[in-house]
Amino acid sequence: MRNQIRRFVSHAVVVLCGLSVLLALIPLALILFYVISQGVSSLSWAFFSEMPRPVGEAGGGMANSIAGTLIVVAVGALFAIPVGVVSGIYAAEYAGTRLAGSVRFAADTLNGVPSIVIGVFVYGIAVLPFRRFSALAGGLALGIMMIPLIMRTTEELLRLVPTTLKEGALALGATRGRAVFTVVLPAALPGIMTGILLALARIAGETAPLLFTSFNNRFFTTDVRQPVSTLTVQVFTYAISPYQDWHRQAWAGALVLVLIVFSCSLVARLATARMERLRRGA
Amino acid sequence: MRRDELIFRGGTGAIALLLIIVVVAIGVELARQSMLSIEHFGWRFWQTDVWNPVAGEFGARPFIWGTLYSSVLALLIAAPISLGIAIYISELCPAWLQRPLVFLTELLAAIPSIVYGLWGIFILVPFVRQLQIATPDWMRSIPLFSGPPLGVGMLSAGLILAIMVIPFSSSIAREVLRSVPQAQREGAYALGATRWEAIRMALFYARTGIVGAVMLGFGRALGETMAVTMVIGNNPQISLSLFAPQYTMAAVLANEFAEAAEDLYLHALVEIGLVLFVITLIVNVISRAFIWSMGRQRRPRASRAAAAVRVGA
Repeated sequence: MRNQIRRFVSHAVVVLCGLSVLLALIPLALILFYVISQGVSSLSWAFFSEMPRPVGEAGGGMANSIAGTLIVVAVGALFAIPVGVVSGIYAAEYAGTRLAGSVRFAADTLNGVPSIVIGVFVYGIAVLPFRRFSALAGGLALGIMMIPLIMRTTEELLRLVPTTLKEGALALGATRGRAVFTVVLPAALPGIMTGILLALARIAGETAPLLFTSFNNRFFTTDVRQPVSTLTVQVFTYAISPYQDWHRQAWAGALVLVLIVFSCSLVARLATARMERLRRGA
Repeated sequence: MRRDELIFRGGTGAIALLLIIVVVAIGVELARQSMLSIEHFGWRFWQTDVWNPVAGEFGARPFIWGTLYSSVLALLIAAPISLGIAIYISELCPAWLQRPLVFLTELLAAIPSIVYGLWGIFILVPFVRQLQIATPDWMRSIPLFSGPPLGVGMLSAGLILAIMVIPFSSSIAREVLRSVPQAQREGAYALGATRWEAIRMALFYARTGIVGAVMLGFGRALGETMAVTMVIGNNPQISLSLFAPQYTMAAVLANEFAEAAEDLYLHALVEIGLVLFVITLIVNVISRAFIWSMGRQRRPRASRAAAAVRVGA
């Protein structure tokens, strides 16, 4: 009798765990279903090529927001990639030092800071002093969020490179810097690029840090000193508006965002799978 | 040390130092920009309930309440489910199913917050409204379920936060469970344990790490902005009711920051940001300490748990 109860409890737990997986997959399926079904019907070539139309006029697109997202993400990547990679190199090369420990701690901390707080911070240092929202400020906010992601990936991947490689370079008389930049870093580069791609995808979907840094703009601009419209902020604006037409645009924007993020993760996943195969083959 | 080595170390170190500087700068800048409000209101800021910027009344207690309430609610929903997923993927499911399931939960984590919000407004909120309309009257008389069926409100916020937190907590809990030595389970089986009893042993062994995983999800929920802003109703009131529209710290920043023209108003908002920063900082540090202490017991897996933290967060 007692054993029967034990067996029953065990089976029940197995079923409950399986159920919780299903429970998590239901919202995923629902979200994808609605984003695709609502988005596809509103997505057209005009979405990518045309500017937003005023309320009441059907049609129009988000050309300016798409360009804006590219600009803001590019500005962020421009300084976040070098800073992230180099600090990752330091953390991997001087892993045992106190500074490396503190930097790792700072990266984890920064990673946990709510994105809206990053926005408030950047507003204080890059918007308030110039009395102007700008694509630069938006890029700064996104870049700050990217740095810890890139740094941690770089560090992990550099550690995976066999030390014999570096020792070989050092034995041939290379300085430490030269050994790292010409031997170790290239060996880890494919993985680091994958990490950067994932970071870019994640950051392109951010809204909160852009609300009061790059703000919004009804017009097309490539001037980084001007406020600029981004896909995410535009989707937000449209979503909370009372107009049917704008809601459709919002769904289309959401679909584009999801496509960007998913295709990046898929590419990254395929690339890592390939690297793993190569490593196992070698 | 050779000169070129010094240059390499100094150069990379200086850039690495930037990360520390940024974190410190965030704290300093937020404190500086909220000075007016801190001096003007003091503790009263967090003890009063009326938020009426036009009249110059700034009481931030409803926001703290809303942030904590929604995050705790999300935690209550997400923690058992995340744990179930972690157990299923690491202990129960067939090997071929493992990778696809991990991939699917990662997809859930990759969906941008704004997309969750959009889905929340147009799909989840109407569904919750139906649920509220169908609530029987005797339940409505309980404070937890009182109020008109609006759809937007605490319940919607808690649900959407739970969905968003599940992939984080479950992926870290999974890695933590994986760091439990196999011998632990084999020993349990050898003594005649059932599957659940063996898993319970593993859970007990991994308890600190699992608490850390759940807490890290809590930290996420505290700072989550867009999706919550879009479904919580944005009404600064303190209510126990799941149906009542309320407000969170992150949401008030998202909605009002760009419009705050007066200095005192702006500083009051930054002070909310400062407190949010400090709270999430504390929660994160504690939860990472838990996960880290877990990883220390077995070194090679430790970096895997750390990697999960990185990818997940």
